[in-house]
Amino acid sequence: MPLLPKNWPLWLLVLVLITLPIGVGLLWLFLTALFDQVHGLRPVGDFSPENWRFFTEGSVGGRPSIWVALKNSILFAAAVATLEVLIASMAAYAISRMKFPFRTPYLGMILVLHAFPAVSLLIAIYYILRVLGLFDTLIGVILVKASLELPLGIWLMKGFFDQLSWDMEMAALVDGASRWTVFWKVALPLVRPGILALGTFALLSAWGEFILPFTFIVSGKSWTLALYMQSFMREAFVDYGLMAAVGLFYAAPVLLLFLLGQRYLLNIYSGGVKG
Amino acid sequence: MRRYLTPFLFLSPATLLILLFFFTPVVATILLSFTDLSTTTFQNPSWVGLKNYQDLLADPFLKKIFLNTAKYVALTLAFNVGMGLLLALLTSLVPERYGDPFRALWLLPRILPPVVYVFIWQGLLAEAPMGLVSDLLGVSKNWLVAAPWTAVILANGFVGASFGMLIFTSAIRAIPRELFYAAAVDGATTWQTVRKVVLPLLAWPILFVTAYQTLSLLTSFEYILLLTDGGPGFYTTEVWSLRAYHLALSNYFGNVEFGLGAAMAAVLVVIGVVVSLFYLKIFNFKALVSEPKIEVY
Repeated sequence: MPLLPKNWPLWLLVLVLITLPIGVGLLWLFLTALFDQVHGLRPVGDFSPENWRFFTEGSVGGRPSIWVALKNSILFAAAVATLEVLIASMAAYAISRMKFPFRTPYLGMILVLHAFPAVSLLIAIYYILRVLGLFDTLIGVILVKASLELPLGIWLMKGFFDQLSWDMEMAALVDGASRWTVFWKVALPLVRPGILALGTFALLSAWGEFILPFTFIVSGKSWTLALYMQSFMREAFVDYGLMAAVGLFYAAPVLLLFLLGQRYLLNIYSGGVKG
Repeated sequence: MRRYLTPFLFLSPATLLILLFFFTPVVATILLSFTDLSTTTFQNPSWVGLKNYQDLLADPFLKKIFLNTAKYVALTLAFNVGMGLLLALLTSLVPERYGDPFRALWLLPRILPPVVYVFIWQGLLAEAPMGLVSDLLGVSKNWLVAAPWTAVILANGFVGASFGMLIFTSAIRAIPRELFYAAAVDGATTWQTVRKVVLPLLAWPILFVTAYQTLSLLTSFEYILLLTDGGPGFYTTEVWSLRAYHLALSNYFGNVEFGLGAAMAAVLVVIGVVVSLFYLKIFNFKALVSEPKIEVY
């Protein structure tokens, strides 16, 4: 607020206290991943390379290698983000720049779908993927994930295109460029902040995605890191050290992005990305 | 019609995917709910009319599931909105260089992979000597089993609070500075400023967050699935959407009752469609969908 209360350090203290669980949770993850045992937050014993055996052992308890899961996760996140940004940008550009029949209802539909809770469709999507022969394939899950986030993406990108001045595109059109060339060469480069924002959001969201691969993927060879890690949760005996190490490895890109780009993330998520 | 070829081409990939993964599933959910589709009848399901809905109403656990859902939505929503508001106010009461990092920290539960996030909760709530909560309270228990609802609501709440926090913060930042100066000149205390100046101006954002999160909580089950999977014991934390999911896709008792699951999902889908159409109406749609800014044709 524009006027700082005199006792603001007191409020800061309250803020620290209610935020403590988040910090403690992360600290617990680090310590548990590194040490032999952790009692509460007190490490007991030495650094434990045992926890990280999933790197060197080909397969832990019959699971596929973590490198397979890592490869799938990278492929999944990259494909989802690329598809989502490209397809959403194309649609958003048409909505922002062109006249076509049913434009207003179309945009209305996008908005309704943006608020519509897509998880409720999971059961039917399972059936559709079976019919299409895409069940238990990474491609199927990629398409579903990208599709379910399209309304959000289109809405976000439309906002960015709406803010662009028309002059540059007009000049290019007068010079005889096609609408596609104008979109690809002129408009898209100008909305780079939007692409970056949507891309980051899509990458983070796909990287963490659990319920879609969990529902639509069965074979170990298509496991993502989320499935790899979750498979340990179902064991009767929980190896906290090993799981914390896997979890830390899995969450590392997210934590790194958080450390390097807090302010940027705050901007993206404040910019109307839904949760 | 040739002049519409270009917009058609630009829109076709998005339209195709939306038809395939939004429209078809909405229709399919409702159609499937009228069939007896299950593991045994997957190849040729037959039409059974309203039977699934009758079975649903006759289910002795329906009341339990319904109450669980109400409890989950109401309590998590209260936490989300309350905590979101508290965080937005607190981070606005301290200098920005301190406030922003805290707001960023609260994003972490949201951006951490859910599997990792839930694993941390499980670890903290485990028995002594591992679990921190057991350690602090001096009572060694698996707190996830001892207090499943607290765990479910807190775990969901720590993820959901940031949504309100961000929206309320933007709203607070949009308040004209003059109002704060005027309040200060009148000798208002911090509490009075918050109570009389800030909160009344947050009424609309609070309504929006409440409305939005009610709908998404009603259908969300990812964190519950990972945390307790509806347990411990019999349906302790099983909510409507999770029950639909279990029935249709992961029934551990053998036969998967797809049709019945679809019937439960259909209820959510219908609520989802109706409520989101309603949102479109109240959250000022006309202003959002003005004609395209520039048009060459």
